[in-house]
Amino acid sequence: MPPTLEQPGISHAASDPMRPEPYFVASVSRETHDTFTLSVEPANGVPAAGFAPGQFSMLYVFGVGELPISISGDPEQAGRLTYTVRSVGPATQALVSRVTGDWLGVRGPFGAAWPLEAVRGKDVLIIAGGIGLAPLRPAIYHILRHRDDYVRLIVLYGARSPGDLLYKKELAAWGRSPDTQVLTTVDYGGVNWRGRVGVVTTLFRHLRMHPDKTVAFICGPEIMMRYVITELEENRGVLANDIYLSMERNMKCAVGFCGHCQYGPYFICKDGPVFCYQKLRGLLGKHEL
Amino acid sequence: MPRQFQRGTTSMNSLEPILAKHPFFEGLDPAYLKLLVGCASNVRFDPGAYVIRQGEGASHFYLIRQGRIALETRAPQRPPIVIETLEEGDILGWSWLIPPYLWRFDARIVEPTRAIALDGKCLRMKCDENHDLGYELLKRFAHIVTQRLQATRLQLLDVYAPNA
Ligand SMILES: Cc1cc2nc3c(=O)[nH]c(=O)nc-3n(C[C@H](O)[C@H](O)[C@H](O)COP(=O)(O)OP(=O)(O)OC[C@H]3O[C@@H](n4cnc5c(N)ncnc54)[C@H](O)[C@@H]3O)c2cc1C
Repeated sequence: MPPTLEQPGISHAASDPMRPEPYFVASVSRETHDTFTLSVEPANGVPAAGFAPGQFSMLYVFGVGELPISISGDPEQAGRLTYTVRSVGPATQALVSRVTGDWLGVRGPFGAAWPLEAVRGKDVLIIAGGIGLAPLRPAIYHILRHRDDYVRLIVLYGARSPGDLLYKKELAAWGRSPDTQVLTTVDYGGVNWRGRVGVVTTLFRHLRMHPDKTVAFICGPEIMMRYVITELEENRGVLANDIYLSMERNMKCAVGFCGHCQYGPYFICKDGPVFCYQKLRGLLGKHEL
Repeated sequence: MPRQFQRGTTSMNSLEPILAKHPFFEGLDPAYLKLLVGCASNVRFDPGAYVIRQGEGASHFYLIRQGRIALETRAPQRPPIVIETLEEGDILGWSWLIPPYLWRFDARIVEPTRAIALDGKCLRMKCDENHDLGYELLKRFAHIVTQRLQATRLQLLDVYAPNA
């Protein structure tokens, strides 16, 4: 068994990180036509392990398989873990079909988190695309709860269509918080949609940024993240050191052992999923990686 | 002339500071602003109005001061498709610059909109007379065209599609 790779300040459940712990589904809510939010609680009554925003769990659906899913709930809400899942194939379909009281196997939390301590005193610019808002939501909860530790909070969120926007009520509520700007857009809008239409990078033109005081957290499809990074670096003057992104690759063990999620010199599961862009420069967008 | 618009009573002189404040003209030599203001007028549009129509003559371009406009394209037997929305700080239309000076899409008002309309013929004349002004304007339009081309490429990739 390889040594368990721990992230600073986060302890795995005391047990074997390769063994799923039984949890039961405490609630399921529909976000969109293909995306659901599930909360799970440990079956043994011991409160769920804490997590840091950006970390993920391995969720095991008995008889179907195991898959990595980011924790999308409030890091300070003890007792349960929350996930937002988009149904794209057999495992995610099985997950979103769970009902209250069903069982799941849970391993983790795993992986590197958003560097929320290190970026205190800065403007935090969060850029999410599609389901990419899920791993960023815990970071938003953290910032809103520790508002004095950060200056401005800006959330730019793009989805495919109005019906694909996640957490609509929360987005509106976040936008009403002091020193917080939330801008949403969709790639395709019908004639009855009164909001913005255009890809997420088009939102930058509505911002007044202080590049030297801004740190950006990005999560979304990889191509979208590449366009966003180009905009941040080339047009806005944000340094690679101040850009963080969450990467996605197929994984199996989640503890840096099996090599499934190898990405250049890194394992996404233990060195990521959250990386400073400075480390990925030259890798992102490279063919066959 | 743009359809369904109401012309404001603002005098040319008072339009100059408005032009200077719009991001499109940021940092523009005040001498050029003086030339451009002669082509400018203040306009307002109500929701549902069409500022421009696909296939019609591109007589103006607009500096949006407030509101929201949807750029749409039409296809037979289908509802119009919104390509992009524009709002405060954006500009609408560059077809006045490129022959045959015809609009390539519709622009429908989504939220009450205030804008400065710049007369295309008048601008072309000033640019022909003063090539430095023409070059300066072309650079600014080229920047916007490039940005919109980049955005269109990303939009075409449909990155959030199932199994994208
Ligand atoms: C660290 C990490 C965190 C993740 N967090 C989340 C999360 O919070 N919520 C969530 O819904 N998913 C998340 N994912 C993605 C999720 O793990 C995959 O969608 C899932 O493994 C797909 O399994 P499947 O059996 O349902 O589909 P598969 O049979 O594996 O795939 C079905 C089809 O969907 C495509 N596909 C697979 N993944 C995606 C995707 N992410 N987007 C679009 N198409 C895809 C495949 O190419 C294939 O064509 C995360 C992945 C990683 C690595």
